[in-house]
Amino acid sequence: MEKKLLLGDEAIALGAIHAGIRGVYAYPGTPSTEITEYIQRHPLARERGLHSTWCTNEKTAVEAALGVSYAGGRVIACMKHVGLNVAADAFVNSAITGVNGGMIVIVADDPSMHSSQNEQDSRFYGKFSLMPVLEPSTQQEAYDMMEYGFELSEREKLPVLMRIVMRLAHSRAAVTVKDSASDVQALPCAKDPASWVLLPANSRRKYAALVEQQPRLEELAAKAPYTRYEPSDKKKPMGILACGIGYNYVEEVKEAKSCFNVLKITQYPLPVSLVRQLAEDSNGILVVEDGQPFAEELVKGMLSADYPVKGRLTGDLPRTGELTPDSVATAMGHQPVRFFEMPKEVVSRPPALCQGCGHRDVYTALNEVVKDYPNARVFADIGCYTLGALPPFRAIDTCLDMGASITMAKGAADAGVFPAIAVIGDSTFTHSGMTGLLDAVNDKAQITVIISDNLTTAMTGGQDSAGTNKFEAICLGLGVEPEHVRVVVPLPKNMEEITRILREEIEYKGVSVVIPRRECIQTLNRKLKQKRAEKKS
Amino acid sequence: MKQDIILSGVGGQGILSIATIIGEAATQAGLTLKQAEVHGMSQRGGDVQSNLRLADGPIASDLITAGTADMILSLEPMEALRYLPYLDKEGWVITSSSPFKNIPNYPADEDWSAALKALPHVVMVDVEALAREHAMPKCANVILLGAAARFLNILTVEQLRGSVARIFAAKGEAVVEMNQRAFDIGHDAALVE
Ligand SMILES: Cc1ncc(C[n+]2csc(CCOP(=O)(O)OP(=O)(O)O)c2C)c(N)n1
Ligand code: SF4
Repeated sequence: MEKKLLLGDEAIALGAIHAGIRGVYAYPGTPSTEITEYIQRHPLARERGLHSTWCTNEKTAVEAALGVSYAGGRVIACMKHVGLNVAADAFVNSAITGVNGGMIVIVADDPSMHSSQNEQDSRFYGKFSLMPVLEPSTQQEAYDMMEYGFELSEREKLPVLMRIVMRLAHSRAAVTVKDSASDVQALPCAKDPASWVLLPANSRRKYAALVEQQPRLEELAAKAPYTRYEPSDKKKPMGILACGIGYNYVEEVKEAKSCFNVLKITQYPLPVSLVRQLAEDSNGILVVEDGQPFAEELVKGMLSADYPVKGRLTGDLPRTGELTPDSVATAMGHQPVRFFEMPKEVVSRPPALCQGCGHRDVYTALNEVVKDYPNARVFADIGCYTLGALPPFRAIDTCLDMGASITMAKGAADAGVFPAIAVIGDSTFTHSGMTGLLDAVNDKAQITVIISDNLTTAMTGGQDSAGTNKFEAICLGLGVEPEHVRVVVPLPKNMEEITRILREEIEYKGVSVVIPRRECIQTLNRKLKQKRAEKKS
Repeated sequence: MKQDIILSGVGGQGILSIATIIGEAATQAGLTLKQAEVHGMSQRGGDVQSNLRLADGPIASDLITAGTADMILSLEPMEALRYLPYLDKEGWVITSSSPFKNIPNYPADEDWSAALKALPHVVMVDVEALAREHAMPKCANVILLGAAARFLNILTVEQLRGSVARIFAAKGEAVVEMNQRAFDIGHDAALVE
């Protein structure tokens, strides 16, 4: 046994390697990215040839992972919470097919939206698809739960969802890890079309079996190794139901152990037996969960209507945002004391596009051109370039989800908006933009699509981008006219050329694509540094 | 015994490099540690902070509770002020006094410095100027760590200095020596304060 200082994400990655996975399938997304990056760097993963290259999006990742499972290997698929929306079709249906080799889908939620558009809680997806859900509270549990999760998945023949939150993903702690990894697991390949071909006749049978399996899954959750009931010595004190890392904030309050009955939940379906026991021993229940009031609503449904249940819905904890030790302590009646206030001189410091970033030149050019079109709308997308919404550029009008720039621009153009301009990054384009471009081409929509190609997935730290060197070919293949696929180099000295081309393409009555291409200066600098280091040694 | 530290600064200044050195020293000393880091969106020139918790026993929460931080260690003066609600009444603020002005409405120099000087336990060191003066432009972080060393009660100055050597060991003798010198410069600057 060895102790290692690991991020929650890294603990999961190492746990997966040690449990003998065949590979990881993922698309980057904060706060999940470091799981895959750790595996990419790990010597044993390299030695074993484990799959760890990035997928084009989360749906392709989950489907490929299910393919590995079908073939008999253990596998993980990783993504941020909104990635699960993209993968939802594969994910939900994989509970119906079930699995062969163990499969864990790891989804990192982002309460408080530190780097996301929403704070959706992935546990709803687990319940919705009737899958077992694991929710570790510490880095150590995250590591240990990988082996456990694979065994659970293989025994129940179901995929398992592991839900983590940003604080666990991006917090470091010492983790005791095994000295050696299990061998790469290899069950015989599945061959059972009645299970794997989801025709209605098969699906009905499989779905009925899945529903029938639920009481057992709930029993397993009640007996889960990291789920624990800790009654206090007091008679009928307040009860606390703490999920995942919510438990840590409860424990942080000195009086927690002696003054409250604490039920720690780390696996779902939420076990009714434990909740009823807690309710019986306590004079009320405070539900502490990071994310949406998922367990709180379930607990209410399990108890009589007049039983006092407190949490985010009652305002005892804030309805939105990440849990903090402060908010939990306050809900437990131990409001922390503040000695100093933030002086009023302190102002916010929003992030900005790096100096010298090519997206800056794209927006400078676009703003210059759009000045002449008072009705122009710029439909943008998700990536570093979303920062073009902030001063000094204020260049974009919308940003919804990955890929929506092209499709929203098309819809708006259909409804009469001119010019309708889409701005999308290279990685986002291959993630979810290509299909929308095909729609636009087929309808001859009058839109101008700017694919701001910085040769990387910059927002999440500079991962490889699936379409690098292929964009012109993709656009032509989808049917954009060759003379309306234009490539420029976004630099201040080319401003005249870029604005001229933008004007020409805006005026073209059909789909045009302008590709400003210059490498992200952060990845460029990193490569230069590496080269210098290599030269030295 | 425990030491709860809030590290703050501006994205790109490298607050995590300081956390790495303290964390290594703490691990060597057999202490427990939890460190909440910042990744992603917040890093492009925005404000960044990291909670670093050290103790000689178990640590429950990854985050520090309001009013209980023993130290705010900041590479930027206004960013030090941002986290004051977390500071214990006996806590120390150790901060660089070189403002990083990448926003149009940065407060006036006399305002932020007055707010800092009003605190009971504060050490301000112009780490940027010291780094320039001693021709060690990349060592501002280590100078600041040196300035904080005396106030990190759970670790000795020597333990931290040793960690500086181990962390930079892979980069060669000269780099180790320069960083230890930077550490000492910071340490001495805080004595004068
Ligand atoms: C469905 C989904 N998956 C992942 C993310 C995380 N994410 C945000 S932006 C981005 C990549 C952006 O890359 P690119 O389009 O090339 O733009 P760049 O940041 O390089 O400018 C990713 C992966 C997300 N927001 N939504
Ligand atoms: S990381 Fe790269 S793409 Fe993102 S703002 Fe900086 S230079 Fe631009």
